[in-house]
Amino acid sequence: MIRPYGDTRDDGKVQLSFTLPIEWSERADEAARRLAVSMGFRDVHVAEGRPAAQGFSFFVVYASTASAIDAEAIPSSAVEAPAMSMEQIDAFIRERVGRTVRVAGACIGTDAHTVGIDAILNMKGYKGDYGLERYAMFEVFNLGSQVSPEQLMRFAKERDIDALLVSQVVTQKQSDVKNFTALSELLEAEGIRDRILLICGGPRVTNLLAAELGYDAGFGRGTLPSEVAAFIATRMASKERA
Amino acid sequence: MHLHVDRSSVDRCRAFARRIVEPVQAYIRAHSTLSVERTVLRLLGVDGVDSSEIPLPNVVVDSLPRERLQWGIALPFGHALAQTRLEPATLARAIADGEVSLASFAGVADAAARSALHGYVESALAQIGARRGERDALLERLPQLPPPLLYVIVASGNIYEDRTAAVAAAEAGAQIIAVIRSTGQSLLDFVPYGPTTEGFGGTYATQANFRIMREALDEASERLERYVMLTNYASGLCMPEIAAMAAVERLDVLLNDSMYGILFRDINMRRTFVDQHFSRMLNAYSGIIINTGEDNYLTTADAVAQAPAVLASQFINEAFAHDAGLPDEQIGLGDAYEIDPDLPDGFLYEVAQAQLARQIFPKAPLKYMPPTKHMTGDIFKGHLVDAMFNLTSVTTGQTIHLCGMLTEAIHTPFLADRMLSIENARYVMNTARHFGEEIEVKQGGIIDRRAAHVLRECEALLERVAEMGLTSAIEAALFADVSRSPEGGRGLEGVFAREEGYWNPFEDALAGATSRG
Repeated sequence: MIRPYGDTRDDGKVQLSFTLPIEWSERADEAARRLAVSMGFRDVHVAEGRPAAQGFSFFVVYASTASAIDAEAIPSSAVEAPAMSMEQIDAFIRERVGRTVRVAGACIGTDAHTVGIDAILNMKGYKGDYGLERYAMFEVFNLGSQVSPEQLMRFAKERDIDALLVSQVVTQKQSDVKNFTALSELLEAEGIRDRILLICGGPRVTNLLAAELGYDAGFGRGTLPSEVAAFIATRMASKERA
Repeated sequence: MHLHVDRSSVDRCRAFARRIVEPVQAYIRAHSTLSVERTVLRLLGVDGVDSSEIPLPNVVVDSLPRERLQWGIALPFGHALAQTRLEPATLARAIADGEVSLASFAGVADAAARSALHGYVESALAQIGARRGERDALLERLPQLPPPLLYVIVASGNIYEDRTAAVAAAEAGAQIIAVIRSTGQSLLDFVPYGPTTEGFGGTYATQANFRIMREALDEASERLERYVMLTNYASGLCMPEIAAMAAVERLDVLLNDSMYGILFRDINMRRTFVDQHFSRMLNAYSGIIINTGEDNYLTTADAVAQAPAVLASQFINEAFAHDAGLPDEQIGLGDAYEIDPDLPDGFLYEVAQAQLARQIFPKAPLKYMPPTKHMTGDIFKGHLVDAMFNLTSVTTGQTIHLCGMLTEAIHTPFLADRMLSIENARYVMNTARHFGEEIEVKQGGIIDRRAAHVLRECEALLERVAEMGLTSAIEAALFADVSRSPEGGRGLEGVFAREEGYWNPFEDALAGATSRG
């Protein structure tokens, strides 16, 4: 079992900052302290309390928690795929899949921010790691931004796509989750979910979230194109065997 | 701080930019768009929506057969006005209700149409002029804090929540408030109507929302005894319409790039070129500062490699802006602090680029955008990177300073995020206020060499673009690694060739007004 670590094992120290919709005063500081206590924290210290705007106060709070967690008991959340270079992945696909893999990617819903999907698909790639377009064994269709789940489903069906990559960068009020879910449900309804590798990505995406949404994998911030490529390659290989 | 800048190279860059925009200007002069024609109606006083929520300017323009639209909407609308003696707003409503059809007034003389419109054109221009006068008077009475002017974004989707956030930000020190638009609005071929409380990643730009925010900021300006500016975004399929609304509601700054929609929203290039021109003519007359979108090159492609393209785009945006009658003082060319924080001496490169723009465009209210691409969930590092950006901005004398948010990579800013961001900027800009005037750049050093390199590469790029033509250059992905074709993208169906005798009364009046000024 582990607890947050300040400077001593099990001291349970956490730092919090938050805003309250109240004009700043000593009473506001006390309100912040009591609020932290009501969250279950002990040794609450309001290190900073001051006006943030008219009718708002800002606080920095240090406190201790008695809560602890058994991290060992948590199933692994990272996508499991071996680290391979572009050349290794191309060779792997050639040998184990025996044909080019068709990949389509898009930003779905109203999201117009293609930074994420471009980093994975565009030739140039991300952080010196080439994008999927550069691979010999991927045929890539980057559909760009603001593609509806319906359009993407139709495209996947018509072009016989093996792997669908969907990205959501700007999200508000859970719109990313709604769009991701809409796509996976559409593929189910069309009866093509099983033959497509469905992958989501975005700064807030985790592999656990992806699994909950019925996706095969989810990639978060900082993902390299080769990580996605390796995942697709290994899953395609096991699919071909099956 | 002063860089050695090769003036003859700058002159050649401007000459290339002129050669680049000339053929596009010829195309612009020979064409109009649905949005330009809808703008004419808006300026005449047509507003509101029909029973299916379609804006009346769209209803009226779409009611005219396309082959008749080639002379512009003004003449047929003027024919109907002359004959029916209705007010423009009432006439538009009657057309929407199916009581009147523009097609039935073709027999009326053009002279009658012109004279029926004359008073409305005059009063629209007078209204915009009055709004401009108001701004001048407010700025005189409630002077702003010295630049860099701190600019923050509100984007809740709900204009009333935005208003609370905007006033709070102004109290914390913000001098320019931008209401970021709902994602995807740039691709709508109409402007939504009325106050709105739902949006994705932003709040719809509507005239009512403009007014709500302007009123709140005017109140805050009086209370804070400094004028707080308001910004919105024109780029998209409705550039001139938003420019007209902004003029009437006294916005002060408008994002208006000659190529942004083409490259980053896949809007057809012909549509964008024609639309940006008329919208910028309106911006010029209304005294609105335009902001261009060069920062986007850096977020979508490598920031170090794209530096010459940013400068090249600034030259092109400047040339287009001059053609629309905008003086240098209203041309807020864009740049951004987007170099990878892990790159050794990246800060020096940023200083070189920012100072280069400052010296090449000395009168321009340069717009400097914060780091976004390399921001992560590590808000502590993000806050530090923002501080370096703030230092660059104050040292190189940038004018419009978009405050970077420590939570850039996480969510649309919380109230406290904005406060922390503004505090960061105020601290750095206060403690380093005159730093730029105190330091000298080492000749032959890293900053000096970087600036020279960027200018040299920019000149080479502009020369290439001038030789191949802007259209082909965009097609060849010379800007931001994005390729767009002349027939591709959204909105081309809304572009049409002007027939002999085409008439846009505002274009004539604005061209006269700005060339006099």
